[in-house]
Amino acid sequence: MSAGRIASTRLSGIDWPANLLLPILALAALPFMSFSTWLTLTVAGAAMGMMLFLMASGLTLIFGLMDVITFAHGAFISLGAYVATEVVGALPGMAASHSWVASLAVLAAALTAAILVTGVAGLIFEIVIIRRVYGSHLRQILITVGGLIVMQELLVTVWGANPIPVQKPAALQGSVEIAGAAIEIYRLVAVGLGLAVYAGLWLLLSRTRLGLTVRAGVENLEMVEALGFRVKRLFVGVFVAGTALAGVGGVMWGVYQGLVTPAIGPEMMILVFIILIMGGMGSVGGAFVAAILVGLITNYSGFLVPKLALGSNILLMVAVLLWRPRGLFPLVKS
Amino acid sequence: MADRDLLQLDRVVTHIGAYHILHGVDLSVRRGRVTMLLGRNGAGKTTTLRSIMGLWKPRAGAIHFDNARIDALDTPDIARLGIAYVPETMGIFSQLTVQENMKLAATGGRFDPARLDDVFRFFPILKTKWNDRAGLMSGGQKQMLAVARAIVEERRLMIIDEPTKGLAPAVIDQLIACLLELKARDTTILLVEQNFHMARSVGDDVAVMDNGVVVHNGLMADLAADEALQTRLLGLNLGSHQ
Repeated sequence: MSAGRIASTRLSGIDWPANLLLPILALAALPFMSFSTWLTLTVAGAAMGMMLFLMASGLTLIFGLMDVITFAHGAFISLGAYVATEVVGALPGMAASHSWVASLAVLAAALTAAILVTGVAGLIFEIVIIRRVYGSHLRQILITVGGLIVMQELLVTVWGANPIPVQKPAALQGSVEIAGAAIEIYRLVAVGLGLAVYAGLWLLLSRTRLGLTVRAGVENLEMVEALGFRVKRLFVGVFVAGTALAGVGGVMWGVYQGLVTPAIGPEMMILVFIILIMGGMGSVGGAFVAAILVGLITNYSGFLVPKLALGSNILLMVAVLLWRPRGLFPLVKS
Repeated sequence: MADRDLLQLDRVVTHIGAYHILHGVDLSVRRGRVTMLLGRNGAGKTTTLRSIMGLWKPRAGAIHFDNARIDALDTPDIARLGIAYVPETMGIFSQLTVQENMKLAATGGRFDPARLDDVFRFFPILKTKWNDRAGLMSGGQKQMLAVARAIVEERRLMIIDEPTKGLAPAVIDQLIACLLELKARDTTILLVEQNFHMARSVGDDVAVMDNGVVVHNGLMADLAADEALQTRLLGLNLGSHQ
């Protein structure tokens, strides 16, 4: 199955041009640098892409099924990052230990706590705000921007406005040498986690009845209801899952950055929306490919043409939209 | 509501946005019979079906199913009473396979082997296309799938909206054969149809709508035999349309 077709399964034929874009971009950069530099930049770009995917996957799922555009997603990313500061700070012995088991356990504890906290926060947000604005994009944008501001102020109230440091667990610091290239261990962990989440979503959406219902709902919500499925409950579940994924992204990004501020999530939202638009609004597989594209182009352009680095993602998005106006893997809606 | 009636609409009023579509629909669907809902385009037939399914909420009036009021229920709860709905647009999930479309219509995603055999006997092409994406099928095959989803489980009522629209005669004959067999098993069906050949073949009772109200109730055979009545109610006669 095509990587870009999780939410919109394509069973006959693979969309080769869209799927080949990623390897073409990676290979196109190789002649302009040494292999070890290319490998370092590619792994770093993939790792950044995976962290972006973790942040974007929930949002694209929410849009794909619920047709809800939420600008408050960034606040859930920040919340996840703050939870990481609490959990890592509460386990200083384990975080300082050079044991792999202890370091991964600290990270797992932070991820689990973030999933719970951002999931519950997402549930409250859906009940209090989102369910009142179904079907109206303008109202969704306005009220979720308001919700973002309120949530950010709540984060400031709880954790203060000053940056809070969070250290990487000791065994995840430093780098390893692979084929002459220095690769940060934490980036490898991020790649592993991103792939695991992608695989989990793929299995959930393509191999379970719940996933079948979600895929059907993305296409024709009304008919799913007419078949007896209580879509409102599904909506709540998807929104909670989406915010929990934002929390996971927040943990990984917060620990990677080493400093957490209330703006750590909202600052990422421009890239997250670029990924959503470029991948095809609502497509989880599209978000996966687009997130890695963004990670790679940022690193390659930062190395080759530093002045272009800032706008490289916008240029990539423009190029993709000129080629495919609805994104790389657009969803089919009835 | 008489015991013989499975579904009854009393003075149902439905608006769609600013438009007032149903002006007080009274309609009864008797148990074990096929009730045809006829009328000119825009008469309110589809709106009536969607109001029954809760897809458009009536502003006034009452809808009873098996003596229980259902017009305040949500669509999933109405469907769970054992009502299958085949919309005019067919409602096929084009990105899913035929099998996945059918799984969504089967309780718990598990098929009753006997019912599945029935489906394949009515529509053999669905067995051939079982693992194909539904969006790749022809219009007739999609309609077969839409009806198959409705019959893959035992239903208390089937509501079908214009199943023959735009289909080839051979496909229409297949659908008629399927509906006639369901009728022989005393399945209760409410069927909107513009194809008079089908209406006459499968209909027991008939209700004719005009301008958002039911203007005629009776037996389908009586309407089919009365050309003057057909002309008055529908602006044409059934005998001239096969």
